[in-house]
Amino acid sequence: MLEILGLTTRYGAISAVRRVSLSVGADEVVGLIGPNGAGKTTLLNSIAGLLRPAEGEIHLDGRRVTGASPDRVLRAGLALVPERRRLFAQMTVVENLRIGGITATSAERAERLQEMVELFPVLEAKWSTPAGYLSGGEAQQLAIARALMSSPRVLLMDEPSLGLAPVLVDLVFELVQRLRSQGRTMLIVEQNASRLLEVADRAYVMRTGEVAAEGTAQELAQRQDLFETFVGAQSATASG
Amino acid sequence: MIDLLQSVIDGLGRGSIYALLALGIAVIFGVMHMVNFAHGELITVGAYIAFGVVVSAEWSWWAAVPLVFAGAVATSVAIEFIAFRWIRGASDFTMLLTSFAMHFLVQAVFVMSMGASVRSFPRPKWADRVWSVGDLNIQVIDVAVIGATAGTLAVTVYLLQRTMFGVSLRAAAEDFDAARLMGVRSNKVIRQAFILAGALAGIAAIFFLMRTGQARPSTGLSPLLKGVLAAIIGGLGNMSGAVYGGLLLGVSEVLLRSWLPEDLVGITDGVVFALIALFFIFRPQGLMSVTSAERV
Repeated sequence: MLEILGLTTRYGAISAVRRVSLSVGADEVVGLIGPNGAGKTTLLNSIAGLLRPAEGEIHLDGRRVTGASPDRVLRAGLALVPERRRLFAQMTVVENLRIGGITATSAERAERLQEMVELFPVLEAKWSTPAGYLSGGEAQQLAIARALMSSPRVLLMDEPSLGLAPVLVDLVFELVQRLRSQGRTMLIVEQNASRLLEVADRAYVMRTGEVAAEGTAQELAQRQDLFETFVGAQSATASG
Repeated sequence: MIDLLQSVIDGLGRGSIYALLALGIAVIFGVMHMVNFAHGELITVGAYIAFGVVVSAEWSWWAAVPLVFAGAVATSVAIEFIAFRWIRGASDFTMLLTSFAMHFLVQAVFVMSMGASVRSFPRPKWADRVWSVGDLNIQVIDVAVIGATAGTLAVTVYLLQRTMFGVSLRAAAEDFDAARLMGVRSNKVIRQAFILAGALAGIAAIFFLMRTGQARPSTGLSPLLKGVLAAIIGGLGNMSGAVYGGLLLGVSEVLLRSWLPEDLVGITDGVVFALIALFFIFRPQGLMSVTSAERV
């Protein structure tokens, strides 16, 4: 479904992502883990069109989307829930959702709004509340719902649990689990490796811009060496 | 009391034009993060269109109205396409210099093609009429401009709040990259912002030219400065702030004119600028607080 082949992205002379290849199959949840500065967010931003890769190819269902602008990438079927959510804080919940469905017809948009109400009931009560007034958990649900409004074929999520209290982290991973049970295809970047591996089918471990390891979630969860070396002592403890 | 009320009405008439210009400047600032110093040229273009229609073609002012409006919108779109599209993503300084370059370029085109002298054209007769309500003398043009501004603002609010065009524009103003991630096309939303700003300037131009009845290459400079000032007073990038800033500036000007001794009326603008400087010492963020997440 989503194929990344030899992708390199540079900031000036520095390569933040180097020759990364990975794939996400239909209905699959794939994790991307690694320490700070590993290049995970750069990779997602390159896939979503926010950064232009220097080398390599990105294909979605065989269609090349390398270097396409973010709106074209979205229209091709890839939606990103960005790091720290980047909600439109002054706009209401329903306006944030409407903008998420800008590529749809008004009838489709109305239908998807109804779907989001069913999937995220907490949002309906906050319909007319500016997104800036939402709690962390509500805001994260809105960010995911906003991305789903485009009805993407692949949902990219960047650090969905970042900055959330432990109880809200549980909520986020429950949501991911619920989306997984609906057969959504997802590529998720997350520092909380142990939690991500609980919901992912497969995962890639990134270090200094490169893929250092890959495997099924079960295999990687047992690789104590990877956790200690790449992900850090905290995650290793959590997974242990 | 009557004098004060009279000054407020006169000031609102003047301030309405500033408000419309400031609103356009705020819209452009929202999506481009740039003060567009070429915005005043939309009025200059409108002035020469009005001169051409009313004097050269000898048509009525009513024929000039849609043409001035269309000219301002077309010029706004052309400026975006010719100048700003190619430097998108450049530094703020480059954007600012480009807007100055467009301002001087349009002026130079008019100096070369029309000459530097003032071209006068007759103002509509009704614009000079005065309605007397008790002790108040209300100029018809003031009523017209205040009414037109109120109507324009109502339409603008509807567009921004109720349509996908408005939602896209506000999203792009708040976080341009996040809006692109949602599928908002950058070229389209910026072009739409320039169309809206051009339409607002077009309406301002119609009433400004009905008052002044003059065209010269620098026609747009003074209203531009007032519009920029009003946008800054309101909190640059904040649309409602821009409108309040424009109205406040207009009323302040008229009140000062009426309060200053006759010998000092000529320095009204200087006093207004001094008061604004004083205002910014106490409230540097302008009337409405604006953070990067609050634009528009």
